[in-house]
This record gives sequence, C-alpha cells and structure tokens, in this order.
Amino acid sequence: MKHNLILRVIVKYLFPVIALFAFYVLFHGEYGPGGGFQAGVIMGVAIIFYALVFGLETTEQVIPPQILRILASTGILIYAGTGVVTMLMGGNFLDYNMLSLNQVEGQHIGIIVIEVGVGITVSAVMLMIFYAFASKGRP
Amino acid sequence: MIDIIIGHYNYWVVILLMMAGFYTVISRGNLIKKIAGLNIFQTSVFILYISIGYIEEGTTPIIAEGFTRYSNPLPHALILTAIVVGVSTTALGLALIVRIKEAYGTIEEDEIHDQDMSL
Amino acid sequence: MTKSITVTALIDTLIDITLLVFLTTTAIAIIKIRNLFVIIMLFGIFSLHSAGLFVVMDAADVAFTEAAVGAGISSVLMLATLALTKDHEEKKPSHHARIPLLVVLITGAALVYGTYDIPSFGDPLSPAQQHLKPRYIERSIEETGAPNVVTAVLASYRGYDTLGEVVVIFTAGVGVMLLIGGRLKSRRKEDKQ
Repeated sequence: MKHNLILRVIVKYLFPVIALFAFYVLFHGEYGPGGGFQAGVIMGVAIIFYALVFGLETTEQVIPPQILRILASTGILIYAGTGVVTMLMGGNFLDYNMLSLNQVEGQHIGIIVIEVGVGITVSAVMLMIFYAFASKGRP
Repeated sequence: MIDIIIGHYNYWVVILLMMAGFYTVISRGNLIKKIAGLNIFQTSVFILYISIGYIEEGTTPIIAEGFTRYSNPLPHALILTAIVVGVSTTALGLALIVRIKEAYGTIEEDEIHDQDMSL
Repeated sequence: MTKSITVTALIDTLIDITLLVFLTTTAIAIIKIRNLFVIIMLFGIFSLHSAGLFVVMDAADVAFTEAAVGAGISSVLMLATLALTKDHEEKKPSHHARIPLLVVLITGAALVYGTYDIPSFGDPLSPAQQHLKPRYIERSIEETGAPNVVTAVLASYRGYDTLGEVVVIFTAGVGVMLLIGGRLKSRRKEDKQ
C-alpha cells in the first residue's frame, strides 16, 4: 500500500479543516453566502473523502449505518418541530416571531435552528447514498 | 439589430446548451449518458433563470455598506431548491441503473427493449 | 441606445463569453464521445464552469451549491455507478438520429423566437426587478435581521418550501436504500455465524 501513503497523510491533515469549514458555512449563513445545504454537502463530502482513502469498513466502524438513519430523520423532526413549537406558542406554523419577546431575536433563533436541521439531514442522506452504492460492490 | 444581439446572446447560447442536453437524452441509448444529458439540461435551465435576475452594475444580494444595487434574490432561492431536487433525482436514477444492470445484464436501451419483447 | 463602457464591464463580458464557449465545447463533446469515463469527467468540468458563470452573474449562494453538488456529489455517484455496471464504452449508434435532431431544432427555434420579448440582459427597468424585489431588499434586515437576503427568503419568508425540499432529499435517500441498500442484516448474521 505504499502508493497510498501521500493520500493517507493528506486526509489526516485535511479532514478537520474541511469539517471546520462546513460548520463555518452553516453558522455564518446569514452574514455571507452559505446556509444549511452547502454545509451538509461539504460535511458529507469530507467523510466520503475519508472513506475513499481508508476503506469503507473503517468508516462504518466510526459512523455505523444505523446512526445515519436516525440522524436523517432527526433533522426533519427538528425543522418540523420548530414549526409545531411556534404553533403551540400561539402563532402560525413556522412563524418565528413567537419564539422570543424581541421579534428580530426570534427570527435569528428560528433561522439558526432550521439551518442546523437541514444540515444534519443533508449530510446524513449524502452519506447514506454513498454507503448504499459502495457496499454493493463488495462480495 | 446589433442592440438585440448584444442584449440577447446570453439567452441564445443557453438555449443551445439546453438543446444539446435534450438531444443527448432522446437520441442516445446508453442510460448513464442519458442521465448526464438530463443534468446538462437542468443546469442550463438554471443558468437561464439566474441570467433573468441579473442587473448590470449590481452586486450579490448581501446587504453591505456602500452598495445600492443588488441582484434579484428570488430566482436565487428558487434555483437553490431546484439544484437540491436535481441531485435527488440523479441519485435515484443512478440507483435504478444499478438495478437494471442486475436484472437485464446490460444498460443499452435497445438491448433492454429486445429482452422485454422476447419474453 | 448607448451604454457607457467601463473597463470592468468589458472584462466581465470577456469572462462571460469565455465561460460560455467552454460550456458549449464541453456539451458538444459529451454528445460525441463514447467512452463513459471521459463523459463523467467532462460532466464535472461542465458543473464547475457553470458555477463560475453563476459567480460572474452575482449569484454567490447558487455558485456555492452548484460547485459542491454538481462537481462533488453527482460525479462521485456517477463514478460509483460506472464501477458497479462495469460498462466502459457506449455502443455505436446503429441508425442515424434524424427525428430527434428535427425535434430539437424545432424546439430550439421556438424558444429563440420566444426570447425576443425578454428584456435585455441586465436591464434595470425589466419587470423582474420591480415588484417584489425592492420590498424584500429594503425590509429584510428590519424584519429578519439577516444581511444575506437569499437565506432570509429561503429560511424565513419561504420557509415552508424549504421544508418540502428537505423532505424531497430525505425521500431520495429512502428510495436509494430501498433499491440497493438492503444487505445490512444478512451481513451481520453471516458475521455472527
């Protein structure tokens, strides 16, 4: 496996940087380009990069497929749950003004929570699709 | 006449790209090539929409000091949703291709048609 | 109608024309070439160039998403499909495709005829820039507190559509799992035996 050496060293250095960039894009989605979808795709691509170099079995030990299914559903539940919470507080579905006393602060809370939900679902689904394609080729 | 060409050449080139993708979908038999052509068609439609929202001497719709003219943010939001729906369709289409290969042994359209007809 | 031509506008137009020429060349090459691996690589190049075109047209969020999704995820999934189907060359077409060419030419001519009514590229007085856009741009910070108007529109003004979009991508994941993912339990039982 000597020809893999450069790739293995580079993945160990690059993976934390890519994951940090994904979190940066997620939480700065209001102040610059970015948001939930881009962050989810970048995080999914970072883990796919790791799986391409180190093998699928190692990656499946770190992130088992059962957890991916739970994560994908959790993201949607966070998103729809925010809508139900605002309905219980007296407003319409997904009306962020109800989440706090100050209207702009409620909007900030609402936007960050749903972007986190979207990011979790998108990264889990990208990884799920990759696992399905890659584990098909093994005997 | 020159004004019409200078103002519209963007749209015409994008329509040429759309037709190239469309031609790949309807005239080639290999299934992976059809999916690639479909994606080219989708991306060209996105370029057409974004070029309708463009304004000259404007900037990205992120509100900052010193800028007064911004691009239209509504096509951007619409196309973001469309890109994500496009990748979902591509992933499902590729999974179907893998299953078709298992069931028929080939991914050329006329060979699949012949196997279906001879049953 | 004369427009003042500044140096930056000239460079913008030059980059625009160069990117459009690259895109057209790549699209025509995808039609002609029969080796599937080359087609997938050209498709990744097409995605990246269209992301550059989005940046030239002042759409930063869209360029970000197109580069990550088109040149990232789509290319990886197509390569995985190619590895699973083990098919590297498209078959030579047995008959000349005359009817598809005719259909494509008629559709293209109809679309070009329709673009005569569209306002010029970048016109500030076009109807697309008039009715809803000034309201969103002026009131975005005081109503939602987010300087990025595209995120404010996606997450707050049109949040219901984004919920539908997340459900669509979840459905795609479930669909792929149904089609080619069902080997986990059988593999675990084999390991235990």
